[in-house]
Amino acid sequence: MSDTETASADEAEISASLTRYLHDKLKVEVAPDDDLFATGLANSMFAMELVVHLEQTFGVMIEGQDLKLDNFRSARSMAGLVTRLRS
Amino acid sequence: MGTESETYQLGILGAGVMGSGIAALAVGHGVPVVLMDTDPQALERARAAVAHQVRHAGLVAALPAGVPRGELVLSTSPEDLAGVTAVVEAVTEDFAAKAKALATAAEAVTPGTPLLTNTSGIPVDELADGLPRPGDVIGTHFMNPPYLIKMVEVSRGPRTADTTLAATERLLTGLARQPVVIRDAPGFVTSRLLHPMINDAIRVVAEGTASAEAVDQLMRGCLGHPTGPLRTADLIGLDNLADALTALHLRTGDERSKPCVLLLEKVRAGDLGRKTGRGFYDYGEGLK
Ligand SMILES: NC(=O)c1ccc[n+]([C@@H]2O[C@H](COP(=O)([O-])OP(=O)(O)OC[C@H]3O[C@@H](n4cnc5c(N)ncnc54)[C@H](O)[C@@H]3O)[C@@H](O)[C@H]2O)c1
Repeated sequence: MSDTETASADEAEISASLTRYLHDKLKVEVAPDDDLFATGLANSMFAMELVVHLEQTFGVMIEGQDLKLDNFRSARSMAGLVTRLRS
Repeated sequence: MGTESETYQLGILGAGVMGSGIAALAVGHGVPVVLMDTDPQALERARAAVAHQVRHAGLVAALPAGVPRGELVLSTSPEDLAGVTAVVEAVTEDFAAKAKALATAAEAVTPGTPLLTNTSGIPVDELADGLPRPGDVIGTHFMNPPYLIKMVEVSRGPRTADTTLAATERLLTGLARQPVVIRDAPGFVTSRLLHPMINDAIRVVAEGTASAEAVDQLMRGCLGHPTGPLRTADLIGLDNLADALTALHLRTGDERSKPCVLLLEKVRAGDLGRKTGRGFYDYGEGLK
């Protein structure tokens, strides 16, 4: 596998892990692209739980410009953020 | 803070849920803070809690852009309050604890420095009574979390000075909060209405009518409550909720305000809500 393929495989795995986490927390099925805030599934309190979850689960630090709601809109956008911070 | 004419330094008494949240609001708006507690461990926890809450406020764009953070000093000694321009009292919801904290602060600050109590509902005038300058005391009931909820319930006691009210309104406006001034009374408006409702919601769960999740779902989905009463209870802290209900029950005689059995059981078990990781919901380690 090329590097990009490995990265996207990782990213897909992270995204899958996050949809499981969201399902567990929100008690509804969540698709990777569902907008958590637009659908009202998540609020500003839950957003910070997501930050803490990502940092603790994937060993990243989310700081400065990355600390904005847009990065946490969906499982896919969070997986993208984690992958970028890890590389 | 924006205004050149007035520079602030805030003293905050009590470094728990609200003290740390109000500190985050202030430093996030560039106001330096002296955060005091009698418990050094509470101060140690507050260091992380303030940082966490400043990040939270940043995440949801609740802080002004380009304003450098105010300095945060953690202290157990009242002498460090000497230079502050206002004090916010946010200690345990217990008359004796508050009276003591306010008396200590009144002695440490310059006369005329506003003493703001964040009590959930102990009448401001009761707290002002034992102090050398009752006119300096006013109620500023910040909501939780203080950096996300813009509105502040301001309770003006019968002896609160005009200058105290005016200075408090300027300070709140500088922190981008919106004051609504009401007359002093047990539970003010918000706790008088909210706390018995939450107590009843806990009774509904105890009676087996519905789970905590279902009660919250119905209150959100049918009645437009933003979080639901049980999640709100966990956010407040169940020990504080019980204390505030007791204070209300004592002063109004309203039986709905008498903390219900299930609430008291949870407090005894140490399941205090978000701050301990478990209450009506589980939060895990990360949110302690
Ligand atoms: N929790 C909420 O959602 C909420 C919302 C609005 C208002 N309030 C009110 O804010 C106040 C604080 O509540 P909290 O939830 O932060 O409580 P908390 O239990 O989290 O924290 C209280 C802190 O006060 C400290 N303390 C006690 N006596 C002291 C003293 N003499 N000097 C200095 N520190 C002292 C304790 O050590 C503790 O750290 C209470 O009056 C409460 O009713 C709470």
